[in-house]
Amino acid sequence: MTAQAAAHRQTKPRRELDRVVIRFAGDSGDGMQLTGDRFTNATALFGNDISTMPDFPAEIRAPAGTISGVSAFQIHFSDHDILTPGDQPGVLVAMNPAALRAHLKDVVPGGLLIVNRDAFAKRNLDKAGYSTNPLEDGSLDTYQVYEIPMTSMTIEAVKGAGIGKKEAQRSKNMLALGVLSWMYGRPLEPTIEWLNKKFARKPQIAEANVAALKVGHAFGETAELSAFEVKPAVIAPGTYRRVTGNQALAYGLIAASVQAKLPLFLGSYPITPASDILHELSRHKNFGIRTVQAEDEIAACGMALGAAFAGHLGVTTTSGPGLDLKSETIGLAIALELPLIVVDIQRGGPSTGLPTKTEQSDLLHAMFGRHGEAPLPIVASYSPSSCFWAALESARLALKYMTPVILLSDGYLGNSAEPWRIPSIHKLPDISVKFATEPNVYGEFWPYLRDDETLARPWAIPGTAGLEHRIGGLEKADGTGNISYDPENHQLMTLLRAAKVQAIEEDIDPLEWHGDEDAKVLVLGWGSTYGAIGVACRRLRERGKKVARAHLRHMNPFPQNTEDVLRRFKRVVIPEVNSGQLSKLIRADFLIDAITISSMRGMPFRARDLETKLLEII
Amino acid sequence: MTEDNGRTLVPGRGLTEAFGGVNTLTRKDFVSDQEVRWCPGCGDYAILAAIQSVMPELGIPREKIVFLSGIGCASRFPYYMNTYGLHGIHGRAPAIATGLATTRPDLSVWVVMGDGDALSIGGNHLIHALRRNVNLKMLMFNNQIYGLTKGQYSPTSEQGKVTKSTPFGSLERPFNPVSVALGAEGTFVARTMDVERKHLPAVLRRAAAHRGSAFVEIYQNCNIFNDGAFLALTSKEGGSRNRIYLEHGRPVRFGTDLEKGVRMDKDGRLEIVSVSNVDISHLVVHDEHRDNPSLAFALSRIAEGPTTPTPFGIFRDVQRPVYGEVMENQLRSASEKQGPGDLERLLFTEDTWTVG
Repeated sequence: MTAQAAAHRQTKPRRELDRVVIRFAGDSGDGMQLTGDRFTNATALFGNDISTMPDFPAEIRAPAGTISGVSAFQIHFSDHDILTPGDQPGVLVAMNPAALRAHLKDVVPGGLLIVNRDAFAKRNLDKAGYSTNPLEDGSLDTYQVYEIPMTSMTIEAVKGAGIGKKEAQRSKNMLALGVLSWMYGRPLEPTIEWLNKKFARKPQIAEANVAALKVGHAFGETAELSAFEVKPAVIAPGTYRRVTGNQALAYGLIAASVQAKLPLFLGSYPITPASDILHELSRHKNFGIRTVQAEDEIAACGMALGAAFAGHLGVTTTSGPGLDLKSETIGLAIALELPLIVVDIQRGGPSTGLPTKTEQSDLLHAMFGRHGEAPLPIVASYSPSSCFWAALESARLALKYMTPVILLSDGYLGNSAEPWRIPSIHKLPDISVKFATEPNVYGEFWPYLRDDETLARPWAIPGTAGLEHRIGGLEKADGTGNISYDPENHQLMTLLRAAKVQAIEEDIDPLEWHGDEDAKVLVLGWGSTYGAIGVACRRLRERGKKVARAHLRHMNPFPQNTEDVLRRFKRVVIPEVNSGQLSKLIRADFLIDAITISSMRGMPFRARDLETKLLEII
Repeated sequence: MTEDNGRTLVPGRGLTEAFGGVNTLTRKDFVSDQEVRWCPGCGDYAILAAIQSVMPELGIPREKIVFLSGIGCASRFPYYMNTYGLHGIHGRAPAIATGLATTRPDLSVWVVMGDGDALSIGGNHLIHALRRNVNLKMLMFNNQIYGLTKGQYSPTSEQGKVTKSTPFGSLERPFNPVSVALGAEGTFVARTMDVERKHLPAVLRRAAAHRGSAFVEIYQNCNIFNDGAFLALTSKEGGSRNRIYLEHGRPVRFGTDLEKGVRMDKDGRLEIVSVSNVDISHLVVHDEHRDNPSLAFALSRIAEGPTTPTPFGIFRDVQRPVYGEVMENQLRSASEKQGPGDLERLLFTEDTWTVG
């Protein structure tokens, strides 16, 4: 290409779009998560609003080339505020036939398919269950298709790097990223910088990846692929970074430790999709964070409780099956009245269920999943970045009320990313605590003599002279904490434990609702349905429908004004990624006959589906 | 004999200095105001008395001592000690204690468990606490029965045991707790007995002095559900015949007149021999500090159960890095390398962009 031609192409205007949804799909070993992640990073730095969602199999390396081994990553980016990773991709990058076959049905009619032509050989077509080659049999005629020989181009591109052919073709994801980067005007520099840093010890690999990236970019330009522009989004002033829910949650726990002036202790056992929190916290030992990968889920919770007894901020992180195992220890924490944070990144159940897919089906478990009368506060995050707030809030409640708290997030929130306006650390709440240091009655120390206001018991930690005391799982006498089997005392203690948790309703933000004053329908949500409900309601109002929405962030107790808000409206509709668990609680607490919209596909709600269902009701 | 053993087991100095040099407490200071509710005649009383008498000798301030337990008769223990205490849930005491000891290396943390608690429901936590070498003194009261649930067989009950849950006899082979602890990389492993008035406190002192995990199996008679389980070791005649006291640096010998000894046969197995029939220099010489646990393990296998000659004393006492301490070192070096934690810097570290 001549310099003139290049100049000409550069001035050729890009078509302006307000939003784009791209899905990268390939074999588990093709590096699709990484490709998506890098594209997301460049897009975030460019200033678009973003929302992403990875979708990968539970198997580390399912048989290559098969449908079950397909791993995907979706990104939605825009020049305006967006709430979800998008319902349907307008662009599908398919690295092999299985990826095409698994995801084609989701692509918008007439959408753009970018495929690795080299992978569409007989063997791969057979594995994907294609009897004829879809690139040749006309079945893709209604789509726009870019066939790019990614494998061979990559091998050619990285020839100079001095690595083997097998190793060389692994860089084809970077070639794909290069193509997409050109099409959407994303800068390459952040990715090049990142590659050089990541492979600092393997410069040949870095060189190969950078070469593939650049060749992909140049190809887009030379082949005159469609070029688009999505302008930076207009968002509130501030400094932003991209964050996944699990990352935000880990940062929230660190912030809680700093704001509480207590060292953080994490007891955890590896489990999908919660392990990332263990990984992240283990990196920050300079904050005095102790992380123990325990022998099992029970031990992880027990250790965190032991650390709480010691005067540290005790945390355990897990997903559904782990929550089952921790139940008994959480009950002990309720009896001991010690602060403990239990994080549950929910996934599809029952049993092992869908380890890598999302669900909101542990709400009733968090509420009631313990023997005896065992209430505790439950906090729910509702977007990736809100996981930061949820962690801080859980710590605040645990420390102030001397109680275990369950934080409910889910696989979707945990793995999805969005821009996060980094809060000013000077505005974070002070959640510091005062340990008991003196006897509290008649020159003695009574471990269950409660604070009049919060009903919390004093926290006296071992090492404090004169306050030696014994606590345990047996019922204890009000005040002294001595073992007591007295019937009246048990009644009293049961009521006191419940009253302590219930009183938190006065110490949390009231439930806000948004929408039309004269709406008859309120859409009530909790957790990760936040984005989909927001989009669905926005579209309904654009259609002239009257609707209001509210989103719960505290699942137990509910904010004090919850019933008042719900009774403003004729109907309450609750979309949930479960069979109707919040609906049951609302009905039980307020005798309100809420309508459930249920989805249990291992995926978040699609805004479009929700809109359709809400339309039927309104 | 017991006099002698009490003496040879005594080292354990240095604790008083380590914990601030308090040495003015008495046994009474460790007695809580709670009524002790074990059955009359239970072996637990003697163990409680021994521990309460040893505590003041350690020179550790009372507030720095914590007793934790699981569930079972033995696990009521913390309520009776006037220290910090936590009565936990069945089997989980070593896990809860790991959280405590790992965050607070300044404390002296004791874990009291029964055989069902430690080896059945809590077996996993026990072996991992030992493997990590958490600074815990773990006392396992072994009465070979479930007491608090009123008499079912336990993981240390002998095969064929007839109980309420095994009316036709238990089919299961029991654990040998000392073997389990040695197999789990225990750095301090010992056995003693409730009726050992000198040996028991001596072993406790040694356990207290050990840095890292100490596991002490204490044979304890349950006079309600398993009375006489240790009769072969406690009766006047049986006791002198069947108790093998392990003494560091000495040949392993036992019997009324030390007429028996332990020798290694050609296949590497330990066998009991009459001293008069062998060259004394061929007897096994006990070495607590041997790095390789094989010989200690072999000693633990001499007795199938407490009905035949059974070794008592310290099988193993070696030094390994202590979990809470190495973790503190890791935190310190991370802080030196990365600088102390700075929340603002953390949140703003990765790629950020500013919207004006």
